[in-house]
Amino acid sequence: MSILIDRSAKVLVQGITGRQGGFHAKLMMEYGTDVVGGVTPGKGGEWFEGKPVFDTMRSAVETTNADVSLVTVPARFAGDAVMEAADAGIRLVICLTEHIPVADMMQVVEFCRQRGTRLIGPNCPGVMTPGQAKVGIIPAMVAMPGNAGVVSKSGTLTYEVGFAMKNAGIGISTIVGIGGDPVIGTTFVEVLEMFENDPETEKVALLGEIGGSAEIVAADYIRNAMTKPVAAFIAGRSAPAGKRMGHAGAIVDGGEGSAEEKIQALEAAGARVAANPEEIPGLLA
Amino acid sequence: MKLHEYQSKFLFRDFGIPIPLGKVATSADEAFAISSDLDGVVVIKAQVHVGGRGKAGGVKVAKNAAEARQYADDILGMDIKGLRVNKVLVDPGADIQQEIYLAITNDRSAGKPLIMASMEGGMDIEELNRQRPEAIVREHVDPFAGLQDYQMTFIASAMGLPRAQWRSFAKILRGLYQCYTESDAELAEINPLVITGEGELLAVDGKVIIDDNALFRQPALVEQRDTSDEPESERLAREAGITYIKLEGQIGCMVNGAGLAMTTMDMTKLYGDADGIGPANFLDIGGGATPEQVAAALRIILSDENVKCVLFNIFGGITRCDEVANGILTAYNEVNPSVPMVIRLQGTNAAEGNSIISEAQIPNLISADTLTEAAQRAVAAVKEQA
Repeated sequence: MSILIDRSAKVLVQGITGRQGGFHAKLMMEYGTDVVGGVTPGKGGEWFEGKPVFDTMRSAVETTNADVSLVTVPARFAGDAVMEAADAGIRLVICLTEHIPVADMMQVVEFCRQRGTRLIGPNCPGVMTPGQAKVGIIPAMVAMPGNAGVVSKSGTLTYEVGFAMKNAGIGISTIVGIGGDPVIGTTFVEVLEMFENDPETEKVALLGEIGGSAEIVAADYIRNAMTKPVAAFIAGRSAPAGKRMGHAGAIVDGGEGSAEEKIQALEAAGARVAANPEEIPGLLA
Repeated sequence: MKLHEYQSKFLFRDFGIPIPLGKVATSADEAFAISSDLDGVVVIKAQVHVGGRGKAGGVKVAKNAAEARQYADDILGMDIKGLRVNKVLVDPGADIQQEIYLAITNDRSAGKPLIMASMEGGMDIEELNRQRPEAIVREHVDPFAGLQDYQMTFIASAMGLPRAQWRSFAKILRGLYQCYTESDAELAEINPLVITGEGELLAVDGKVIIDDNALFRQPALVEQRDTSDEPESERLAREAGITYIKLEGQIGCMVNGAGLAMTTMDMTKLYGDADGIGPANFLDIGGGATPEQVAAALRIILSDENVKCVLFNIFGGITRCDEVANGILTAYNEVNPSVPMVIRLQGTNAAEGNSIISEAQIPNLISADTLTEAAQRAVAAVKEQA
């Protein structure tokens, strides 16, 4: 078993008839993910690559018994789509959509919590268990199966590190992109805890960035509860204070959330912190 | 999106929060006219999107209209931390007995709105938080239930607010919460909220930041956007759908993805810092970058005269490297840069992308396989020109 998804996951794609949703649904199917259908309001009864399209999540879940959904719909509809999935009894919702208003996300996160639905994202590349399944946009070529877990706030940086690990002969149990927004469904600590309890994972790479305090909280968890070794990289050492670096969460404010502060906390907790992400494989070997 | 002080306070007024009856002036004569009408002591306050105005000389108390004209003349056109002052707020002076801090913000770790209140207002909240965190009362709000009356009573009593002000404080806090939710604010802050000699509460200074992702449903606030102090290059980038932030170094960076863009900046500094070399900008070209976007991004990067080398770092996921390569060629032919360019394409269709670039036989072009190699070559290219 791996964390969050494996080849048994039955996946619905919300927004499957859209350009992005359709493109990535196909790539997921090619990878071996069991995509059982999709949902687009108003297009129920159509077919996508031999899979049924439904109007609502409720009917889609009743028919397919899906347990995972991928949300690819535009920002102003995405919060609603996540809540619809949670209400339909979906176990794991992965939300790729970026630019969702924070006010919406605060309600969505609380809604999922109340229904016991695990939300990953938003504004994330998704989850991949190499060799088994991927739900999201992580390219197949960046990772091979193995026993290192990867958890990250960023998309392309994750590909960079996964690829460097693969070139160094280090395989991955599961990659989890938690997203770079200020309010997200699943935090570093929750994923670290899953990896700590996962027999398939022996070591973990954590890729963080400036802004917020999630890496500091993660450092506390690593010090107090983790037995598996952790290698880390924090992006944004060269970023000036007060400027928002793309990700809505990536801002150093009043000295809070700086790279130095996070690196110190992680090192003090026993994690090995790389100055260059291409050093991560060496720190994990 | 940041609102100016006067915009924030006028917004507060719409939600029933009492503010001083001041007006905005763009000239010394206007400031004179406003202060004549107000008749008495006035405060002239620079309206710029930056903290620490007072220390920089951007806030002055004038005893009469003639002094107000003089101070407005001094402050208008002043440079505060690189930003030019184009407007001043002329407010009547307040009789301040006590300064209170009151704000609502998004608590990212709790995923809930957070109210912060303190009887030690007036100073910077980050400074207060460092020195006396126990002086700040913190209360989360349930995002579905909203702010409850008992929470307001709790905050007033926990912060030590005199009972005489509880009712008016609750009305202001209710208004501020409504302002925060209805405006999609990331921050709605009154600092200071003062108790006057007559025991009234008055919001003397205010700051509101709107969530950029919610601007689509805030048309009235979007109209208030003041771009007069936004650097030209950042405005062009915003209009082209690219995130660009100018920095002080020599290596222009063009990268896909915010995390990797920061990492690429970090790498140029890691290998260049000893020689005073570092990133000239943050630039995230985004997902499916089109040739037009790549060209726009290259023009923006090269508009910075400090740039001695451009570093392309593209890790293709959704973005296809062959499309980016074509974009780079289009941009190259259009912009004709004289500085060397280091190109590193990896991921989806990287082989096709690299052969497009090598077949074009562009002079002054350096290719790289890994991020480390790319950063080191960009640093070396800058050093050669020194």
